This record gives sequence, C-alpha cells and structure tokens, in this order.
Amino acid sequence: MSDTLLSVQGVQTYYGNIRALAGVDVEVKKGEIVSLIGANGAGKSTLMMTICGSPQARTGTVTFDGEDITRLPTHLIARRRIAQSPEGRRIFPRMTVYENLQMGASLDNLKYFNEDVEKIFTLFPRLKERQGQRGGTLSGGEQQMLSIGRALMARPKLLLLDEPSLGLAPLIVKGIFDAIKKLNQNEGLTVFLVEQNAFAALKLSDRAYVMVNGQVTMSGSGKELLANPEVRAAYLEGGRH
Amino acid sequence: MSNISNTHERAGGNLTAQALREGLFAGLVALGLFVLFVGLETTQNIRNELVLNQRWGLLAIFVIVAAVGRFLSVAYLRPWAAARKAAAAAKPVEGEESFFKRNFSKIAIVALIFYPPIMVMLFGVQGSLKWVDNFGIQILIYVMLAWGLNIVVGLAGLLDLGYVAFYAVGAYSYALLSQQFGFSFWILLPLAGILAAFWGMILGFPVLRLKGDYLAIVTLAFGEIIRLVLINWTEVTRGTFGVSGIPKASVFGIWSFDVSAPNNFAKAFDLPMSSAYYKIFLFYLILALALLTAYVTIRLRRMPIGRAWEALREDEIACRSLGINTVTTKLTAFSIGAMFGGFAGSFFAVRQGFVSPESFVFLESAIILAIVVLGGMGSLVGIAVAAAVMVGGTELLREMTFLKQIFGPDFTPELYRMLIFGLAMVTVMVWKPRGFVGSREPTAFLRERKAVSGSFTKEGHG
Repeated sequence: MSDTLLSVQGVQTYYGNIRALAGVDVEVKKGEIVSLIGANGAGKSTLMMTICGSPQARTGTVTFDGEDITRLPTHLIARRRIAQSPEGRRIFPRMTVYENLQMGASLDNLKYFNEDVEKIFTLFPRLKERQGQRGGTLSGGEQQMLSIGRALMARPKLLLLDEPSLGLAPLIVKGIFDAIKKLNQNEGLTVFLVEQNAFAALKLSDRAYVMVNGQVTMSGSGKELLANPEVRAAYLEGGRH
Repeated sequence: MSNISNTHERAGGNLTAQALREGLFAGLVALGLFVLFVGLETTQNIRNELVLNQRWGLLAIFVIVAAVGRFLSVAYLRPWAAARKAAAAAKPVEGEESFFKRNFSKIAIVALIFYPPIMVMLFGVQGSLKWVDNFGIQILIYVMLAWGLNIVVGLAGLLDLGYVAFYAVGAYSYALLSQQFGFSFWILLPLAGILAAFWGMILGFPVLRLKGDYLAIVTLAFGEIIRLVLINWTEVTRGTFGVSGIPKASVFGIWSFDVSAPNNFAKAFDLPMSSAYYKIFLFYLILALALLTAYVTIRLRRMPIGRAWEALREDEIACRSLGINTVTTKLTAFSIGAMFGGFAGSFFAVRQGFVSPESFVFLESAIILAIVVLGGMGSLVGIAVAAAVMVGGTELLREMTFLKQIFGPDFTPELYRMLIFGLAMVTVMVWKPRGFVGSREPTAFLRERKAVSGSFTKEGHG
C-alpha cells in the first residue's frame, strides 16, 4: 500500500448538529485521477473541505503520504503540498493574474517562481495574455484556469479540484479537462476531482466514487461506472446535453 | 449633427425656465425646513425666562443660498458636467500621463522639505509658526496616522474603529516614561512604537475570528477601554487632568530647545530666541516619521507578508488553502499598524507637551478612518491628499473671518467643521466612490507597470 497518497477512513463531518458526511472511505493512489460524483448536497464539497481541515472531521482519519493530517490546521495541511482549487474559484479579484500566481507560490517563497510560471503559461496560454489584468475582470473560464494555475504554483503532490466545470461552456470545460489530463500524463500529478458533470469526469478518471447523502454508495473505474445502468440513469442520461 | 444642436438650443430656453422652477421649489423647501430651526431661537434671559428671538435675516440667507444653489446647479453645473463627460468619452484615451502626475509624490516630498524655509521667508520667523505648526505638523500627523491605519484597513482589510487607542498608548508611553525615568525622546520613540505594537497584538488575539462589522464593534470598544483606563487610573495617568510638562525633544541630544539649556539651538547659532525653531524641527521630524511609514508600507507590499495582507483582504479561505497562516498575518497587520500609531502618539506628546484622555476620543478614530476611506483604501498618495484636504480644510475654516460679515459677528466657522467634513465626505463618495485614488498599483509585473482601474469591482470589496 505504499503507493497510497491520500486515504480517508470512516470520516464523519458535522455542521453544528447536522451530519454532512456519514462515514466516508476514499483512497487516492499516486499518479491517479480520481473523481467523486453525486447530486447537490451529497457532501462532495464537504469531503473536499474536510480533507483540507475546514471543517475538521469529527471521527475518522485523513492520512496523507503516511501522515495523519486530520487535526492539522488548514494552512499546515496546505504546506504538506495539498493544493486546492476551491469551489467558486476564489481567486483574488483585485490582484492581477500575475500576482495571483505569485500568491500560489507563497510556500516556497517564489524560489521556483519563474520556472513554474512559464509552465502555467504554456498550459494556459490565455493567462499569459491576461497576466497584467485584474483577476476579477477575467471571464469565468479564465478565472478557473487561474484558480488551477494558482494551485499548481504550490508544486502540489495532490491537486484537489472542486467543480472546475461550474458555470462554464462545454468547450471551455473540455479545454480545462484536457489540461488536467495532460498534467496527469506528463508530470504524474495526482488529482482528486469533485464534479457535477459526471460524464466528463468519468471519462477523464482512472477511478471514481459516487456519493449519496453523505455516503459513498458505489466505486469503480471510470469506464465501469460509465457503463453502470444505475449511474447512467441517475447522473448521465438526464444531465448530458 | 444639426438635429442634435437644434434640440440643444430648444432645450436651452426650457432649461432656464426649469432651473427657475426648481430653484423656487428648493427655496420653498428650505423655508419650510428651516423656519422653525433657524427663523426662531429660544434663549433664557437673566430672570430665567424663555425668550423667543426672531432671526428672519438668517433664515432669508439660508433660503436664498438653497434657491440660488439649486438654480445654478440645474442651469449651469449639470449641462457643464454632461458636456464634459461627453467630451471625455469622445476623446481617445491618453497614453501618457503628464509629467506632474507621474512624479507627483517626488514633487510633493521636495515641496514639503522646502516648506518651512519658504514660510519663514514669507511670514518671518514668528509669523511662520502658524503655517508650520497648525497646518504643516497637524496635517502630517494625520497623514502618518492614516498611513498607519491604512496597513490595517486598506491592506489587510480589517476594519479598525479603535485605532486612536494605539495613538494614546504611544503618547502616554512617552509622557509617563520621560517624566518618571527621564528617558530622552530618541529612546522612547522606538519604545512607544514597540509598546503600541504589543497592544496591537493584545487586541489582535481576541478578534482573530471576527470579521467586518463584528470586528469593527470590538475594536471600537477597545478604543474606549483604553481611554477609560486613562481617565480612571488616576494614580498613574492623573486622570482627566492629563500629564503636563512633558520634556521637549532634542536634535539627537546635540542641541536642545530648552531655553535654559547651555546647548540651546538658538544660542548655538546666534539666532534670536523663538519657539519657531522647535516647531520647524518638529515639522522635519514628523515628515521623516511619515515618510518612514510610507517607505515601510511600500516595501512590505512587495514582500510576502504584504502580499499575504492583500490576499487576506480579498479571500481568507483562499489564503488558508494556499498555506498562508492567517493568524500571524492578521497579528502582524495589527501590530505593525499599531506601531506607527504609537510613533505618531509619542510625537504628539512631544509636540503638545501635554496629553490628556480628551485627545483620544472616538471622533479621532473616525476622522483617521474617514481619511483612509476618502483617500482610497491602500493608496498612499490618495490618503495624503485626503488628509491635507480634510485637516487643512478645517484649519482653513478658522481663517475665514470674512464669513462673519455675511453671517454676523457671532458666527464661528470652526463650529461648522463637522458639517463641512460630512458634506465633503458625501460629495467625494458620490463622485469617486472608491476614494481619490481608486486604482491599485500591482506590486508584481513582467515588463511594464500599469495601474489597475478600480471601476470593475464592487465598492467595499477590496
């Protein structure tokens, strides 16, 4: 099991008295793209936030690279090189694209900045064109690219992506997913992805989990789940356009 | 084109009629509003009876000002503003800023350095006192305070309504320590800054989890607590009587400004005795302190901690997900902002020679915050301009004796200070909702530096 990067075991998370996660087990191996699909309110984003320690799990453990990170504060979890592109992108709107990328490199104090920023600009050429522009003035797709780019600046071992396709046109979603695929194949980046857009996510992923009401109900390879009639009925037929 | 100009001409006649109508209406509204407030006044005479005074003349002035103002605004000001807007829209965007605009801060610093000698030349040694002290030093103190608060409010986005507490800590640190232990100004200046920074951290710890409105209320309370402690801890602070006889600062101990001292500044240079030299020295001192604040702010903005402050202002959750420790980031913002408040406070004590809790009321915090907001949060130049306009403007009011000829000999323009202050704030916020300088200069850029316009983000959101 030495190739397990992230393992979530029996995690329960509460918002006050409301249980959002009812004992979740998820595992991400090194070099994999794993996705988590499910309906609104299933607890996908909560699981993502629990991995980052905000809110912290009430029971269960989150282990990253052999270390228990369940009770660490968020910024220390981030320093273990878990980078997140949060839901709603959360870029810094008054800072320029360039400055946003700098913020992503805070961990290493800009040591690898020049090298990494070129990499981001080749991955997302649009960001290079817009580097002097303020984050808040970018389009939705560009903001998502910036959010992912900023997360990559931290040289992550694990990249968490929360709904990267949210509110974006299909063509742009394809561009972003292609970029994720490229990162995974060329650099061996491990990606854990939360998505509503089940079809695109399952096509991209090595493995996937389906979440309903705070519990994982199904898991398997992306292809298996794509072929699974239950999954098709619940997440694909109605939702695919 | 001819069509448009025709409608303009036709509108011209209508406009005057409309302006007359609206002016008349505004006069009537003013009459209705002020007839009881201004037209009638109740006073008590010697026998303690209530007497009704009639002030129809003053009422007439109010009504005329309202009516004429409305008429002028509708007939001339609005068409002029509309024409200017149209002209600005038609003109292509200028690529080059003027020389003056580009080098504004350098020109301003040079002008400030030569300010005291010019005033001495113009008004004589004694006559320059008013201009150097009342205007120069007074404005620069507020510039420095506002720049200090700017670190907390403008950069880190933590709304602090009790900033004056740190000003008080600095002032009392100097006042008490210099009297009790006889330390000199140059030892106590950094010490006052450190003490204020310490108190900034003390305030920072309990409010770490608070944001926005909640934070504002707690900091407001903190400011009041410090003031009440100063009033009530009479054995140490002498309560409302304040601490007087605070020693003057010296020029690094080389020359003194005490009249009796052998190394008196005026004696050393064979100059006639005057308090103006001390004030000029203080002017340069506060100028240096203010520039130090600006320099540190500019440097910090380019360092990771400064960038973390700005990121914190925009999105705390994103900050934490990038591995930034928000606790230490907030605490450093509070304590560095407080440190400059402490420096300004010890300077205040040295300048007045007297401190009392009355100088550190909530109104001071509000004025400093108003200057930061008016100037444009985060913009050093804008804040300096706002401080000059606000503080210098209220000082100028004292000079406007000609107003007495209009409003009668009892009229004291200073009393209208807050009214005008408020009016100015409303005007600026209507015209420039993000303050005088609403744009934020990026600290990182590849090839060229380009100011980023403020007009695309919502007000109050960074």
